[in-house]
Amino acid sequence: MTNTVDTPTDASRSTPPSGLIAVARAPGWVRYALLAVGLAVAAWLPNGLYPAVAVDILCWALFAVAVDLLLGFTGLMSFGHAAFWGTSAYVTGLVAIHVGLPFPLAVLAGALAAAVLAVPIGYLAVKRTGIYFAMVTLAFAQMVYYVANEWRSVTQGENGLQGVPREMFGVDLTDDYFFYYAILPIVLLGLAAAWRIVHSPFGRVLVGIRDNPARARALGYPVHRYKLTAFVLSGFIAGLGGGLFAVGHRFVSLDVLHWTTSGKAVIVVVLGGIGTLWGGVLGAALVVRLEDWLSFSGFEAIGLVTGGIFVLVVVLFRRGIWGSVAALAHRLAARRR
Amino acid sequence: MSGFAQNTFNGLVSGAFYALLALGLAVIFGMLRVVNFAHGAFYMLGAFGAYVLLAEAGVPFWAALVIMPVGLALLGMALERAVIHRLTKLDPLYNFLLTFGLTLILQDLVKLRYGVQSSPYETPSLLSGSVDFGLFDFPTYRVFILGFAVLLCVAVWWVLTRTRIGMVVRASTERPDLTRAFGIDVGRWVTPVFGFGIGLAGLAGVLAAPMRAVNPLMGADLIIVVFAVVVIGGLGSIFGSVAAGFGIGLVQAWGEAYLSNFPLVSQTIVFVVMAGVLLWRPAGLFGREEAPA
Repeated sequence: MTNTVDTPTDASRSTPPSGLIAVARAPGWVRYALLAVGLAVAAWLPNGLYPAVAVDILCWALFAVAVDLLLGFTGLMSFGHAAFWGTSAYVTGLVAIHVGLPFPLAVLAGALAAAVLAVPIGYLAVKRTGIYFAMVTLAFAQMVYYVANEWRSVTQGENGLQGVPREMFGVDLTDDYFFYYAILPIVLLGLAAAWRIVHSPFGRVLVGIRDNPARARALGYPVHRYKLTAFVLSGFIAGLGGGLFAVGHRFVSLDVLHWTTSGKAVIVVVLGGIGTLWGGVLGAALVVRLEDWLSFSGFEAIGLVTGGIFVLVVVLFRRGIWGSVAALAHRLAARRR
Repeated sequence: MSGFAQNTFNGLVSGAFYALLALGLAVIFGMLRVVNFAHGAFYMLGAFGAYVLLAEAGVPFWAALVIMPVGLALLGMALERAVIHRLTKLDPLYNFLLTFGLTLILQDLVKLRYGVQSSPYETPSLLSGSVDFGLFDFPTYRVFILGFAVLLCVAVWWVLTRTRIGMVVRASTERPDLTRAFGIDVGRWVTPVFGFGIGLAGLAGVLAAPMRAVNPLMGADLIIVVFAVVVIGGLGSIFGSVAAGFGIGLVQAWGEAYLSNFPLVSQTIVFVVMAGVLLWRPAGLFGREEAPA
């Protein structure tokens, strides 16, 4: 899924997004400088923003990176990732409430549950590609939503799970400011894992499958199995984000499983830049901040704004932020040479 | 036995809505390779438009049944020209995203003006009451919907198989490049076909107004089920989409009636069927295999 596809029928054989290549080719000191800036911003964030918003940004950053792992690096647009985000949120909440595990372990349990759910959904969904993949994942996510809605004895239905504890070995984390720093290492681990996956031999095969599935198959790679593995890994990372989101809000509502959540995750990635990994983090920060600002200023029709962003980004700004910056830097570098 | 007939009848009626929406999705997909997420939003606009016309201008059902589909078809054509057209050369996922954004916008516009509560819409007096079929009687309005939808599907089938326009549409649905190679201007039919599909969604919406709760969110949940329906039927096949629409309506109604101890069944059975079809025939019951991935 890139901007350079000429005919719709040619969609499965797209060229890699420019962003990835440009950043990978950037000189080492640029990459280290970017990493340092990123870490510095992450360390400073709750001092400059309302800490609860900073926590949301971290969670959504994981979610976006998980979606980009599939969309940008495997060429599969999951429109049902709320299933994993939301399942993990519910499992994390239930484990934290009923078992009383410290929150990192509860989140781990949630993310594992999301990964387990991703196995059957992924197994069925990878049988289709392109737009069908999006429809199939969307449909299965809706099924999960209905199940959660109907299974009131466990999920409390529309009331939601209340009072998810933020317990960690007796440390008081009720203040969002401290909670942010408690989850930051987990989030950074998740992001590093995503980076590691993309730059591993496994990740290279995924990109090869994205660019030309027939060639990958001819070379002897079991395409479906690679896609399924990527899907499960992505489900796990989305689950990490969803679990942290549940603990962060101390509350889980059906919204976490709704199709609008799946859609929002995709647009966050497109806004940041498909196939750029860190673009999704930027997109998450922008969208979460904007939504917070809108709801704070009493604007009710948030969908009007997110929908508008959706339309504008898709029509005018398909490379996304990171992709545009990377392409610009690439062009400048090429001119200097 | 009369219980079974009752359930079958109700299944066919809700299947009629799936079929009308799936039919519109299929012709649009065939012509433009666009999966229109906003299809549900246009269905909602059809129902809401009928409600607003009646409540605020006193326009009766029968007039709304003409005004809304035509108006929405024109709106759809304008939309196709304005934005969707620009993206059809790209990966179809972009138009999916675009129409998703449009769905959020349309929903929230209606929500802003009319709130989220459901509005009642009275059944037109001519169609109130019930029809006696000897063994059992059915609400007249539902009989009307079923008859109307079947008639529409037959009419569309007739247009598609017996007229020149239909031939062009079918040819460009199934083999767009080959059709172009024969010197047929496929592009000329794109906008009208898009408008037609949207019009069908609007029509389904007007038909739904008297029997379903009219609210801004009525289309969104429905469209996801319709996506499952077209995956089952095979989106490339117009007949398959319609057949799967009626079929899923039936299966849902039977599930609801005979497995009533499990309230989840009627809501999730469509997805279970979809999972089965993906295992057995990934391209859909009536679909053709895609190029191997």
